[in-house]
Amino acid sequence: MSLWKKTALELSNLIKSKEIKPSEVVQSFIERKRQVEPKIQAYVTDLEEFAIQMAKKLDEEITKLEKIPDLFGIPIAIKDNISTKGIRTTCSSKMLENFVPIYDATVIERLKEQGYVITGKTNLDEFAMGSSTENSAFFTTKNPWDLERVPGGSSGGSAAIVAAAAVPLSLGSDTGGSIRQPAAFCGIVGLKPTYGRVSRYGLVAFASSLDQIGPFSRTVEDAALIMNVIAGKDNRDSTSKDVPVPNYLEEIKKDVKGLKIGLPKEFFTDDLDPQIKDTVLNAVKQLEKEGMSVEEISLPHAKYAIETYYIIAPAEASSNLARFDGVRYGYRTKDYSDLEEMYSKTRNEGFGSEVKRRIMIGTYVLSSGYYDAYYLKAQKVRTLIYQDYVKAFEKVDVIISPTTPDVAFKIGEKSSDPIQMYLSDIFTVSANIATVPAISIPCGFKDNLPVGMQITGKPFDEATILRVAYRYQNIYRFYEKIPME
Amino acid sequence: MVDKETVLKVAQLSKLKLKNEEVEIFSKQFNDILSFVEVLKEVDTEGVLPFYELDLQESYYRDDVAAGSISNEEALLNAPLKEGGFFVVPRVVG
Repeated sequence: MSLWKKTALELSNLIKSKEIKPSEVVQSFIERKRQVEPKIQAYVTDLEEFAIQMAKKLDEEITKLEKIPDLFGIPIAIKDNISTKGIRTTCSSKMLENFVPIYDATVIERLKEQGYVITGKTNLDEFAMGSSTENSAFFTTKNPWDLERVPGGSSGGSAAIVAAAAVPLSLGSDTGGSIRQPAAFCGIVGLKPTYGRVSRYGLVAFASSLDQIGPFSRTVEDAALIMNVIAGKDNRDSTSKDVPVPNYLEEIKKDVKGLKIGLPKEFFTDDLDPQIKDTVLNAVKQLEKEGMSVEEISLPHAKYAIETYYIIAPAEASSNLARFDGVRYGYRTKDYSDLEEMYSKTRNEGFGSEVKRRIMIGTYVLSSGYYDAYYLKAQKVRTLIYQDYVKAFEKVDVIISPTTPDVAFKIGEKSSDPIQMYLSDIFTVSANIATVPAISIPCGFKDNLPVGMQITGKPFDEATILRVAYRYQNIYRFYEKIPME
Repeated sequence: MVDKETVLKVAQLSKLKLKNEEVEIFSKQFNDILSFVEVLKEVDTEGVLPFYELDLQESYYRDDVAAGSISNEEALLNAPLKEGGFFVVPRVVG
């Protein structure tokens, strides 16, 4: 079997037992990448040459190592809003087109300690604002299952490159669904950890109270493998929490018998596409056969999550993106007569439409006279949504829903209507609002396109959602089907 | 209803020099988005604390140890305009 078809865990074991060398692994994935990348366009910066050199170094290093780390020699793609020292980090924005960070994000430091191989920086909606990669200032990434469709977003590049098996693992970021929605559209596993589980240091900030870094993989065990490395307290992110990190690879093997599944009635309404609903409920039935129990629950305020999100996220974005002033880094306009004009022309030319829209909405809802009606109100509704989850988790261990209301849409289908685009995140945003972890895994197909199932867990209980996902993967071996083969 | 003037005012606060056609499009979309979030008004939030006051985050202390910082060269690495170890900005005082 070609190496590129193997999972990160399989490759890791083969490297550890010295049956294969890191350079052989990297070479195999590069060959696969050359096949698929011209069609899907997942990379903003393709680091093929760098990866080959890196792998050669690792081939030598491995002979001197006593203990070989889990991710040694494993190729991993990184979303282009995560800082990589010396490697261009653009956020898919004209504003940062030539920006080269002077430091690594904490997650990158941790991967480097393992001896990982970076394969490239992946495309996203500009500054992670969007659900399709159509808001990238450079190009739109295509869905490997149907090249006329979007891969989802904002982490569309990281999802597409893993789905096409051109890399076994990648990192993305999730503020309102930006890992889970593209994972669902591309038929792979995508995990948004609990807020505070993974350090945000070095992640270019969009909405700081909602952002989390998380992995994409084709299998649940690979998500567990990389979570073992990236999870945990970091002094440079004061919101990261000191909660013990279990060995997720061990945790996923535990039995699911006796665990309780909650199905929120607010997510399974009559409006829901019947095929999506049946596919997810069928998966739930399979889990029931494994000894899990199922009950209906209520998250009465979840239906307000999307509106709450579109006040809080732009408000935080308007503040975070104030740093782009054309002075210290990034783009600066060519002609200006004074400071004010330099700022406002730089920003108008450097940012794309969706980013400007959100900065303005954010500025508006934070401005005096509107603050109470919009921002403060949304913050109170956020409390109610959070409390709904706290209450629900007194009764159940996990909550299951579809990840998205429908399968991947066509390129251009929603790009002229911001609100239609926003609604594709309707099932994912509440996990960010409530800070809880959630994973999307494939559970079937509709019209030959993957359908995602979302499993949400208690705060800092990634282990249980991974365990349930792993059990389901043993029933429905979704990773066996690879697009563009 | 948000009018064009408000959009221009917000754009000015956001330091965005919008083009005329952008003002038109944003005025319409601004209203669409604000009426979309209008539904929050129906939620009873009497006596509910805003989320950021919930105190979910414990405070951590660390030792106050002096550590190195970045060099002048690194700080200027990505500056669009620099001279003699400084950022260059338009004149602000007369």
